[in-house]
Amino acid sequence: MQKTSYDISGLTIVTPRNYGRIFAVLCICLALAGIAHAFAVGQIEWSYVAEFLTFPAILTGLVNTVVMAILAMVVGIALGVIFAIMRLSDNLVLRNVAIGYIWFFRAVPALLQLLIWFNLALIFPNFGIPGLFSVKTVSVMTPFLAALLGLGIQQGAFTAEVVRAGLLSVDRGQYEAAQSIGMTRMMMLRYIIMPQAMRVIVPPIGNEFIGMVKLTSLASVIQFSEILYSAQTVYYANNRVIELLIVSAIWYVIVVTILSLIQIWIERHFDRGIRPINHKK
Amino acid sequence: MKHSKTGEPLVVVSGAKKSFGHFEALKDVSLSVERGEVLCVIGPSGSGKSTLLRCINLLERIEGGAIFIDGEMIGYRRSADKLYPLQDAELARQRRKTAMVFQRFNLFPHLTAAENIAVGPIRVLNENPKAAREHALALLDSVGLAAKRDAYPAELSGGQQQRVAIARALAMRPQLILFDEPTSALDPELVGDVLKVIRDLAASGMTMIVVTHELGFAREVGHRVAFMDHGRIVEIGDARAVLENPAQQRTREFIAAVRS
Ligand SMILES: Nc1ncnc2c1ncn2[C@@H]1O[C@H](COP(=O)(O)OP(=O)(O)OP(=O)(O)O)[C@@H](O)[C@H]1O
Ligand SMILES: [Mg+2]
Repeated sequence: MQKTSYDISGLTIVTPRNYGRIFAVLCICLALAGIAHAFAVGQIEWSYVAEFLTFPAILTGLVNTVVMAILAMVVGIALGVIFAIMRLSDNLVLRNVAIGYIWFFRAVPALLQLLIWFNLALIFPNFGIPGLFSVKTVSVMTPFLAALLGLGIQQGAFTAEVVRAGLLSVDRGQYEAAQSIGMTRMMMLRYIIMPQAMRVIVPPIGNEFIGMVKLTSLASVIQFSEILYSAQTVYYANNRVIELLIVSAIWYVIVVTILSLIQIWIERHFDRGIRPINHKK
Repeated sequence: MKHSKTGEPLVVVSGAKKSFGHFEALKDVSLSVERGEVLCVIGPSGSGKSTLLRCINLLERIEGGAIFIDGEMIGYRRSADKLYPLQDAELARQRRKTAMVFQRFNLFPHLTAAENIAVGPIRVLNENPKAAREHALALLDSVGLAAKRDAYPAELSGGQQQRVAIARALAMRPQLILFDEPTSALDPELVGDVLKVIRDLAASGMTMIVVTHELGFAREVGHRVAFMDHGRIVEIGDARAVLENPAQQRTREFIAAVRS
């Protein structure tokens, strides 16, 4: 008879074989190989894709896309923070203005908002302060400005709700502790509440930022030369439709990947103190 | 009396009333606290002890009576027979006269111990950040936590967090500190360290109102004790007298119940 041992430290741990998982990985590899093969033998001139990836018109479109996404998000986040704070204010007027803004700009489709801003001249041919100055709306409302206003203002309505959720996620005791050391409402939000709310706010904002990069493609309908509009301009000239669409897709994937990496870095920053195991000294 | 300074009381609560909906949490509460005095408040759960502190610290606004701190009416501005509720900036200014230590500490989790203490002086009092940090480190030392300056609240025990919270209150150089059951969220073996810090503060002449269930502590450190029940002060007087020889039947019952 063998003596029963109650110590497991000398024994070998056998990892269970997960046949289901191996099978799934095989299927995925097969499917990917099939798709890759189809594209490789399909009617695609890959040399054109490589050539047009860094074509000047495409790179200009890329820069326009990135700049527009960043500016529209800056406008969106600024409006979102302001309207979220108004939405949670004690002041009935501010609160209702915020509710109205969020209601309206979430309701109207982004494409429609772009068209309205771009065609604003149809409603207001001129604008200005009577007697002081007046300008033609057509000359001011460029595709760039129309896209920035349309995308930024509707983004603000969505971001306001994200920020509000973040502010509500912070414990009441934090608000009271900040007040009890004599902070005004603005100091409290800026130094105590917002830094904590950021943990909840950043992941959805990252999401929205990525959504914004792709949403800028809507601005091609108002002749803003972002990357998709640039690609279209090129393929109207040379008929390499699918190659140029692939070029655009590659750039979108690259930009979004970089944004995702930045998001991870920002999230680490705002985890300070919350997960002390992770923080580096 | 252990406190000696004369002059007007630092805190005067006169007929304060506070309701939540139809529920009257404070019904006609009056008391005063002299400079350098420690007033301990005892009473059953729901009797209005926290509400009283929160009204004095302007986290709640009273609806009747008046509260004066250092001779100034708080929460409202009076002009002839009109009363104007004060706005954010004025309320913040008045709150600086008092500091509050909470039952659940409420340290700022995204700031280190030293930053928790220095953030008020830097942002609210516009102190030089370097000087504020040095003062914060000195305060941490005085509550026995010099080694924890760079620790985040999540890395501290409950007793250590509460001592940082007391240091945070002191950093604002308040005239009055309000304690709301500072030890009741703590494990028994951590209570002593926190009570010692409060005892040292009392010895240094700080004016304090302490809501507590520690009757032994109330008798030792409190100059006077107030017993509250159902939103009223039932009995208030010399600490020893109230705790050892209460005049009211309800006080006797409460003390007997806590002791048993
Ligand atoms: N924000 C509020 N809304 C509604 N009711 C409240 C609110 N705050 C306190 N109350 C009520 O007021 C009464 C007094 O509460 P308070 O917190 O002052 O009691 P307490 O004496 O501090 O009790 P405890 O010893 O349990 O802390 C309670 O009945 C409570 O339910
Ligand atoms: Mg209480």
